[in-house]
Amino acid sequence: MNRWASRALLLLPLLLFGGLVLLMAGNLGKPTEVVIRSHMLGKPVPDFALKGAGGAEGLRSADLATGKPVLVNLFASWCLPCAVEAPQLQALADKGVVIHAIAIRDTPEKLGAFLTRHGNPFARIGNDDGGRMLIAFGASGVPETYVVDGKGIIRHQHLGEIRPEHVPVLLAELEKAK
Amino acid sequence: MIPELGHFALWLAAAATLLQALAPTIGLWRHDAGLQRLAVPAAMAQGLFTSFAFGALTWAFVVSDFSVKLVAANSHSMKPDMYRFTGVWANHEGSLLLWVLVMALSGLAVAFAPARLGTRFRDRVLSIQGLVSLGFFAFLLLASNPFERLSPAPTEGQGLNPLLQDPGLAFHPPLLYAGYVGLSVAFAFAVAGMLENKVGPAWARATRPWVLGAWSLLTLGIALGSYWAYYELGWGGWWFWDPVENAALMPWLAATALLHSLTVVMKRDALRAWTLLLAVAAFSLSMMGTFIVRSGLLTSVHAFAVDPTRGLFLMVLMALYIGGALGIYALAAGRVAEGRQFHLLSRESALVANNLLISAMLGVVLLGTLYPMALEAASGTQISVGPPYFNRTTLPLLLAMAVLMGVAPFLGWKRSGTGHLATKLLPAGLAAAVFVVVAVWPFGVRGVGWLLGFGAAAWLGAASLSILLRRGVTLGIAGMALAHLGVAVSILGATASGALQREVLVALRVGDAVEIGPWRAELLDVRPVAGPNWTAIEASLEVKREGRFVAILKPQSRMFVAPPQETTESGRAGWRTGELYSVLGKPDGSGRWQVHLWVKPMVRLIWWGGLLMAFGGLLALGGKLRAYAPWKWRRQLRRPAVAA
Repeated sequence: MNRWASRALLLLPLLLFGGLVLLMAGNLGKPTEVVIRSHMLGKPVPDFALKGAGGAEGLRSADLATGKPVLVNLFASWCLPCAVEAPQLQALADKGVVIHAIAIRDTPEKLGAFLTRHGNPFARIGNDDGGRMLIAFGASGVPETYVVDGKGIIRHQHLGEIRPEHVPVLLAELEKAK
Repeated sequence: MIPELGHFALWLAAAATLLQALAPTIGLWRHDAGLQRLAVPAAMAQGLFTSFAFGALTWAFVVSDFSVKLVAANSHSMKPDMYRFTGVWANHEGSLLLWVLVMALSGLAVAFAPARLGTRFRDRVLSIQGLVSLGFFAFLLLASNPFERLSPAPTEGQGLNPLLQDPGLAFHPPLLYAGYVGLSVAFAFAVAGMLENKVGPAWARATRPWVLGAWSLLTLGIALGSYWAYYELGWGGWWFWDPVENAALMPWLAATALLHSLTVVMKRDALRAWTLLLAVAAFSLSMMGTFIVRSGLLTSVHAFAVDPTRGLFLMVLMALYIGGALGIYALAAGRVAEGRQFHLLSRESALVANNLLISAMLGVVLLGTLYPMALEAASGTQISVGPPYFNRTTLPLLLAMAVLMGVAPFLGWKRSGTGHLATKLLPAGLAAAVFVVVAVWPFGVRGVGWLLGFGAAAWLGAASLSILLRRGVTLGIAGMALAHLGVAVSILGATASGALQREVLVALRVGDAVEIGPWRAELLDVRPVAGPNWTAIEASLEVKREGRFVAILKPQSRMFVAPPQETTESGRAGWRTGELYSVLGKPDGSGRWQVHLWVKPMVRLIWWGGLLMAFGGLLALGGKLRAYAPWKWRRQLRRPAVAA
C-alpha cells in the first residue's frame, strides 16, 4: 500500500467518529416522541358497518360522510380513562357537536351499564366486538377521538382521554374541518 | 456536616487529579524530573480523597440523611439496610461518584504496580488517566453534585425504584463500572504507548493483565445483569438486544478482541496498529454506551432520568477524549510498523480470523443500535431494531467463531503442521456428532439453527476440555480453556432452553391444574402476603413431573409502598440445570387468575457459562500476577531496567 493510502486508513476511525458526534449532536435535546400518530390522518375512513349497542343505532362509514364534520370516539366500558372523559364529551354534545362512538371489544350489557352511569352523548354507537376498528382508524388504544370531515376523511386524532382543556382544541379542529 | 466534608473532599480529589494530569506531562515535556515524580503522590491523594467522598455519601444514605437531596430522592427510611447501602450508586450522581472512585483506585493500582516499562512510561500513563478522570470530576462537580442539600429537609425520602431493590442489581453496576474503568487503563496504556513509541511485546505484556481483569469483571457484570432481567422483569427472556444491553455488550466484544490481539503482539510482535485501535475502541465504546444511555438519545426499557445539559456535557467530554485518542492514533500509528509476517495456517492467523469475526459482530451490533438514531436524523422516521435483526446477523458469526475457537488452541505459533490436527480434534468432532444425533432423537429437536447450536457447543466444549486435560497446562492456558468452555456452556444453555422450552398461558381457578408434556401444575392457593416495604398477592403452584412432586412455585404481584409501583416477582424453581418459571397475572374478575408458566431446560447454563468465562479470565490473570509476586520483583529490582 502506498504511504498516503495507509495514512488515510489511519485517519478513517477519527473521521467516522467525527461523523457520529455530529449525528449525536444533532439529535441531542430533541424531545422524544413517544406517541404513535395514526397513519390514517388525511385518508378516508375505510368501509365498515357496525351493529348498534346500548339502545343506540349502529354506525356505518356512510354515516361519517354527511357533509358536516363529526367526532368519532373510540371507547370501551372496561377502560377507566373513558369514564374520565365522559363529562367533556357531554359538554361537546351540549355545544351541538355530533359524536359517534365505536365500542371496542365490549358486550352490550356492560356497555348499557356504562352509558347509564356516565351518560350517553353519542348519536350512534357501533359495537366492534373484534376490535378491528382500532386498525381501521390507526389507533393505538382507547380512548381516542377523531375529527372526520364532511367527506369522510380523518382530519385530526386525539390520543388519550379528553380533559377540559382539550374541549376548545377539538372545537377548533371541527371548525377547521368544515 | 459530613456531606459538606464529602463535597470538600471531592473538590480536593479533583485538584489532585488536575495535578496528576498536568505535572507529569509538563515534567516530561520540560525534562523536569521533579514535576514528573509528582504523578504517584497525586494519584495517592486522588485515591484517598475520592474514597473519603464516597464514604461520606454512603454515610448519608445509611443514616437516611434526607437533608441531602440525592438521599431524599432515592432512599426511604423503611428500605432494608442493604438497599440503603446499594442505593448510593443506584442513581445518576452516585453512580458517577462510583465511576470516579473506581477510576481513582485503578490509578492507585497503576501507581503501586511495578513499573515494568520504566517510571517514565508509568508517569505518562498516570497523567493520561488523570486527564480522563478530570473530565468526569468536572461533570460530577459542575453538573451533578451528589452532596446538594435540601432546605428544609423532608422527613421522609421518595424511595428507590423497586425494580432496583434486588441483590442481583445491587452488584451489577459496580461490576460493569469496574470493567469499563479497567478498559480506561488499557486506553491510557495505548495512548501512552503511542506517545512514547513503546508499542511492542513488553507493552502488550504490561497491558494485558488490565484487559484480562476488566474483561472478567465486565463478563460477570453482564451475566449478572442478564440474570436479573430474566427473573425480575418477568418476561421469561434473558437477552433482549435493548440499546442499554448493547451498550455493555459492545465494549465487551471490543475487549474480547483486544485480549486476543494483544497475545499476537506479545508472542509475535504483529498486529500492533490494529491492537492500538482496539484498545482505544474498547474504552471509547464504554464511554459512548454510558453517554447514549444517560443522554436519552435512544429509548430503552432502562429509563434513566434524561437531562439535555448533562447529555451535552458528556458529549463534549467524549468528543475530546475519543477524538483526541483517535487523532493521536492517526498521527502516531503510522510510526508503528506492522511487525512480522506469518503463515496462513498458524495460531496468529486463527487469532486474526477471530478478531475479524468479533469485529464483524461489533459492527453489526453498533449498526443496529445506532441506525434508528441515524434514520431519524436523516428522514424523521422512527423505527426500532429488534431481536430478528440481531439474532440473524450475530448468531451465524457466533457459530463460526465457536468452530474456530475449537481449532485455534491446537495450532502452533508462526506455522503449524496439519498432521496431528485431525487426531487432536477427533474427540470434539465425535462429541458434536453425538450431541446433534441425541438432539434429533430422543429429544425431537428440528430446525437447522438449533442443531448447529448443539453441535457447536459440543465441539467447543470437548475441544476445550481436552486442552484442560493435557499435561503441563499453565494457569494462562487453563484460564483460556475454561473461558472457552464457558462460551460452550452458555451456547448449550441458550440453545437448549430455546429449542426445548415449553410455555403455557392459562387462566386458573384455585384447584385447577394445567398440563404441558410430562409437567402438571396445580394452583393450590392465592393469598396476600406482606414484606418490609411492600404487600403482594402470592400464588402457590404445585408442579409435578410424571406424577412426582418437583416444586412449589410462588409467583407474586407486588405493590411497593414508596414509590407506589407494582412489580411482578416471578416464581421459580430449579430442575436439574433448567428452571420452572411462573408469572402471576391479573384476576379476570370471575375468580380465575392468569398464570404464565415456562419450562426452560438447561437455562441456568447460560449464566454458569458466564461465570466460567469470568473465572477463566481471573485464573489467567492470576497466572500473570505471579510474575508480579513480591519475591520476583525484588529480584527484578536488584537487576534494574531489564524491561525498561
